[in-house]
Amino acid sequence: MNVLLQLWRFWSTHQGELFAMLTRHVWLVLVATSLATAIGVPLGVLAAKRPRLGKSIVGLTNLVQTIPSLALFGFLLPLPFIGGVGARTALVALVLYGILPILQTTAAGIGSVDRSLVRAATAMGLTARQRLLLIEIPLALPSMLAGIRVSTVVSVGTATIAAAIGAGGLGEYIFRGLAMVDATVILAGAIPSAALALLADALLAWIGRRASDRHRRWFPSRRRAAVGAALVATLMLIVAAVVVYTQRGSSSTITIGSKNFTEQILLGELLAQTIERGTSLHVERKLNLGGTLICERALASGDIDAYVEYSGTALTAIFKEPVIRDRRAVLELIRQRYADSGRTLLEPLGFNNTFAILVRGDVARSLGLRTISDAVPHARGWRAGFGYEFLEREDGYKGLARAYGLTFREPPHVMDLSLSYRALAGQQVDLIAGDATAGAIAALDLHMLEDDKAFFPPYDAVPVIRSATLLAHPELRGALHGLAGRLDEATMRTLNEAVDIKRRDAAQVVREFLERR
Amino acid sequence: MSDAIVFDHVSFAYADGRVIVDDLDLAIPAGEPFALVGRSGAGKSTLLRLVNRLALPASGRVLVDGRDTREWEPIALRRRIGFVQQDVGLFPHMTVAENIGLLARIEHWPADRIRRRTDELLTLVGLSADLRDRWPDELSGGQQQRVGVARALMLDPPVLLMDEPFGALDPLTRLALRREFRHLQSTLRKTVIIVTHDMLEAFELGDRIGAIDEGRLVAVGGRRDFEASTHPFVRALMATLEPLRS
Repeated sequence: MNVLLQLWRFWSTHQGELFAMLTRHVWLVLVATSLATAIGVPLGVLAAKRPRLGKSIVGLTNLVQTIPSLALFGFLLPLPFIGGVGARTALVALVLYGILPILQTTAAGIGSVDRSLVRAATAMGLTARQRLLLIEIPLALPSMLAGIRVSTVVSVGTATIAAAIGAGGLGEYIFRGLAMVDATVILAGAIPSAALALLADALLAWIGRRASDRHRRWFPSRRRAAVGAALVATLMLIVAAVVVYTQRGSSSTITIGSKNFTEQILLGELLAQTIERGTSLHVERKLNLGGTLICERALASGDIDAYVEYSGTALTAIFKEPVIRDRRAVLELIRQRYADSGRTLLEPLGFNNTFAILVRGDVARSLGLRTISDAVPHARGWRAGFGYEFLEREDGYKGLARAYGLTFREPPHVMDLSLSYRALAGQQVDLIAGDATAGAIAALDLHMLEDDKAFFPPYDAVPVIRSATLLAHPELRGALHGLAGRLDEATMRTLNEAVDIKRRDAAQVVREFLERR
Repeated sequence: MSDAIVFDHVSFAYADGRVIVDDLDLAIPAGEPFALVGRSGAGKSTLLRLVNRLALPASGRVLVDGRDTREWEPIALRRRIGFVQQDVGLFPHMTVAENIGLLARIEHWPADRIRRRTDELLTLVGLSADLRDRWPDELSGGQQQRVGVARALMLDPPVLLMDEPFGALDPLTRLALRREFRHLQSTLRKTVIIVTHDMLEAFELGDRIGAIDEGRLVAVGGRRDFEASTHPFVRALMATLEPLRS
């Protein structure tokens, strides 16, 4: 009941966004299924008419079907013309998935038309084309519609994953919810998409029943065929226009990206709104992209113009350099590397999203703990809870214990990172390693111990922008410069808390932050 | 009268070498109903397929209206030849009227002309015009075959090929349809080749009868010729007509 209430509240506070995502989702599925039909039906006819060729066509589409959808999106990203971040890539993947069921049922439907009817049509003097259009396709129609139905329903599901590459749709809530470990937000996207799948299924089942009802006219009269052809042509034209439009991209539009967790979405909004306020440029948001490497590729290919990266992540994950602990040195090295590949590193925003060694606020106050070194003598009587990644990483627990001579009452408990905040507050453990900017730190009255031996590599948040974009729009530098050093850990934590804990809209939170200044 | 259909030293064999028609000569004058009898697999249906160019002879030639079927454009040839098959082959997604009028529609006849012709044909084959909007599976076997005949006659083709047209019907319906067709033929005067197993049907519908055995035409003639024949295969065929003895 509680969940339903939260869900309802979430939907009502995000009405506009929900509607936009739903529309986007339906649009993706509609266009993808239309294209898959336009390709799958002729291929299916071909497969039925030329069985040997048909076998290889079906084999090939089967192969495509076995590629996990996330992997397929990944393959498509770096490709020219069809790849890149956004709806285009998503449509290509959705169409590839959608073709197979339509192709198979079309081939099966045509293949199962009674041979004696085909013989009769031939003997009457129908040409091969007339046989196909007047006899075989109308008789195979119910079976073709069944394939289109399967394809549509699959498409509704796969389209949720398309959010990972910035295509939008209801998947955005699912990814956002996963990133925030918030079931309500996941459900906010999952429930409408499931409902959409059921609705599409029911609608197409109804159409299918009408089509197989012999008392209805599905016989394509010439007028109806003309209307159908015109509709298909219009649809293709719209699709072509959209593809051309997305490819061209307006030159005075700046596209801002972000990774798929709350802080990144806030930072994406921050860049976007700052540009909107400080310049006359139009900003397009491609927030919530899958992860570091997707953002990096998108930036390299020009699908996005800017996003916020963390210095340590750029160093190790993007440029594959060994860990460096000095903040300045890290920034200088990645600034150079970015410059070499046509990107410009701007000034750090001011906070370091590093690992945070946390204890309860009341404990810190009563024992007067400020740094990790302060806590070492007390830790012998404590229990610790760490995420799996922190336990395994060399720059995690092992190195930390060595650097500070840290030992606990018992071996650390492995727990989910997001759950460890509550475990600490609930006194199940006494020390955890979290994110320095987690909203939970303030909300649950946790205290972050200072890394006085500078053990953790720095993760300074820094905007990265394509150098070409900066050259074309020099006013961007001035506008974004205003952000340098303006966000410290505490401020970022408050913003995260507003979205993660208080469930406020990210764009609104950023707007208020910018207005306060 | 000129010959509408001529088989001139026609042979036909399957790709695996099985000879189906072997050096066959036959001329059918325009307006004659001709019956082909013989065992199943003797090559009767293949002869029909050679006429409307669903098959081409391996050697020899088939002439339709004096022209080699090789020279005919197949679609034009087939539209001049009505075809009625045992399993009828009515299209289940089209009404009776749509089935009958299909070819005329493809030939771009005006709608009212198609309608008039359809009604005329329904009457001709002994069906009520009320049936025009019914679906094939709502009809009895006999009604379906009548619609099949009407469909074959739509473009008023000079030639009609019938492959065991009444073979799947019960004996009473079969007899009725045979009588009606005999009557129909007396007014239409089409060139007809009708394939049948049934000697009675052959004598009733054909002016002449051809007996086919293993791809060869072993006898051609009227009822009297068959009764007088001493050919063992013809004797065997005639024996099927002997009345039951108790």
